[in-house]
Amino acid sequence: MMDSSTMARAQLPPQVGERSGEEHSLRNDQPVPAGTPERGESPKISVTVGDTRKVRTLEVKAAVENLSFYYGQHRALKNLTIPIADKQVTALIGPSGCGKSTFLRCFNRMHDLQPDTRYEGSITLHPDNLNLVGEHVDPIEVRMRIGMVFQKPNPFPKSVFENVAYGLRLRGVRNRATLAEEVEKALRGAALWDEVKDRLQDSALALSGGQMQRLCIARALATTPEILLFDEPTSALDPIATAKIEELISTLRDQVTVLIVTHNMQQAARVSDYTAFMYLGELIEFDEAAKIFTNPGKKATEDYITGRYG
Amino acid sequence: MSDNPAIATFLDPKLVRDGLSRRKVLDQVFVIVGLLVMLVCLAILAVLFIDLVRDGSERFTWDFFTNFASRRAERAGILAAWVGTTLIMIVTAVCAVPVGVAAAIYLEEYAPKNWFTAIIEINVTNLAGVPSIVYGLLALGLFVYQFDLGQSIAAAGLTLALLILPIVIVATREAIRSVPNAIREAAYGLGATRWEVTKDHVLPYSTGGILTGMILGLSRAIGETAPIITIGALSFIAFLPESPFTSEFPFISFGWLNDPFTAMPIQMFNWVSRPDPAFQSNAAAAGAILLGMTLLMNGVAIWIRYRYRKKINW
Ligand SMILES: Nc1ncnc2c1ncn2[C@@H]1O[C@H](COP(=O)(O)OP(=O)(O)O)[C@@H](O)[C@H]1O
Ligand SMILES: [Mg+2]
Repeated sequence: MMDSSTMARAQLPPQVGERSGEEHSLRNDQPVPAGTPERGESPKISVTVGDTRKVRTLEVKAAVENLSFYYGQHRALKNLTIPIADKQVTALIGPSGCGKSTFLRCFNRMHDLQPDTRYEGSITLHPDNLNLVGEHVDPIEVRMRIGMVFQKPNPFPKSVFENVAYGLRLRGVRNRATLAEEVEKALRGAALWDEVKDRLQDSALALSGGQMQRLCIARALATTPEILLFDEPTSALDPIATAKIEELISTLRDQVTVLIVTHNMQQAARVSDYTAFMYLGELIEFDEAAKIFTNPGKKATEDYITGRYG
Repeated sequence: MSDNPAIATFLDPKLVRDGLSRRKVLDQVFVIVGLLVMLVCLAILAVLFIDLVRDGSERFTWDFFTNFASRRAERAGILAAWVGTTLIMIVTAVCAVPVGVAAAIYLEEYAPKNWFTAIIEINVTNLAGVPSIVYGLLALGLFVYQFDLGQSIAAAGLTLALLILPIVIVATREAIRSVPNAIREAAYGLGATRWEVTKDHVLPYSTGGILTGMILGLSRAIGETAPIITIGALSFIAFLPESPFTSEFPFISFGWLNDPFTAMPIQMFNWVSRPDPAFQSNAAAAGAILLGMTLLMNGVAIWIRYRYRKKINW
């Protein structure tokens, strides 16, 4: 794990820094036919840790390349290229309407539920080189591998237990003991177990807002997703509930790759390892969080994080 | 206070207070008007019901329910009528509910939004306004002659099912639409298919609304007279349809579907048109019972809605 207190600096092809050699390239030179994923070497992100000049490499979990997205004629995302580091928290910041949610929803193909939408470019999931937005890739398969937590807590009006168990049931798990074990594990993972262990059969709608959101996190965790997407998960919560969720996200780093959208800069600075700043559907800057928030490379980024527009 | 003189007077605290009391009076006026209108409606219903009960008071005996129709008013009962009505309602519910719910699910969850589905939608809504006798004529041609069902319980049930199909569809669509999209997204996000989202979430969470729509549809059907007269309900019948329950395996029989029938409104109509005034109290008693059945069904619908609202409030 990277010590986030040290001044770290990522060298990220192609926007930021230089390529550090062929094996560290983000691009897969051999395009893999969609639908027939092939396990391969994941690309790497090199990280130079500030003072010590120590170089460490992180694997890339998903490589977004030249991604554009269209709602009908409206091009909401423009040629985004961002590497998502494995087992790290990557935050997306930017003013309202800049396309953060749109970008996040590309990862689990949520847009496919809406007619007349179109993807261009690719999101390659490593290590099996699966293009998440490939035309021949089944969106349901993608959603089974990539979890999502939404802006407003949206538990099902079922019991706490059934909420968490639902993903497993969809995957065909029927054994009661297995379900109970996995539900407990997921609830512990979402730091909710102690609060709900005596009310597993109660309606999830009886929980507080913060508990509901952690329940939604548990629901997503139960199926051990490879990437967990958060779309402004704390915007409907009070500060204490927010703090708990932020703490939780920081601990989730160990198990899962996290991609989080937030309009709260402090939150991005607190929880993320990498931060992307978007504006009007374009990527303005992508770098290590520490760099973005202390010494941004672009004027626009600096203006935004210092609150000069947005 | 604002610097703009054009609005300054409107913001003056004294004027604000005067204006406020005037606005509150209007508020009160609306409450009173609303209450009055509602009381008038209730009073009309109550008068109607009480009148029927009074006119039919001497007929409210056990025999009235267990006797067949008879030429002598005091011996006549509604046995064939209520059994017929019950069986017809069963056929109607069994046909209209699955078809109506399926159509509503298709329109809400599956159908692409294009001109074709728009036309279907408009038609469904318009069907609800078609006069019931038109359904009767359609059923006479289609069920009675074309499908050769004859003047049977099956034909009557199917006719009334057609009649309430639009009601069931519209009510189910309303219920389905009240399930928040965030819930669908949550389920899709976990990798559910469209059918899984529908059967695990959309349907269970809209059951209250669907049941309410079903009961409201049935309470409309139970009083319909014109379409079942059209297809040929008998008005004088002195036997029951074959029993749905048998003593031998499989203990259930569907022979009754082909039997001729009468129904409550038909029986009432028959009695009302008799010259002998003694039959008028039979008609009134039957009317009170029919009205009671309708009110009871509506009551059950309200209760179901209340129960589900309490369980699931978004
Ligand atoms: N369902 C949609 N259909 C059409 N346009 C949309 C839809 N959702 C978002 N947009 C548009 O896409 C742009 C990006 O929106 P969004 O991703 O929600 O921004 P953010 O999450 O950063 O606030 C906005 O201009 C918005 O109007
Ligand atoms: Mg958003």
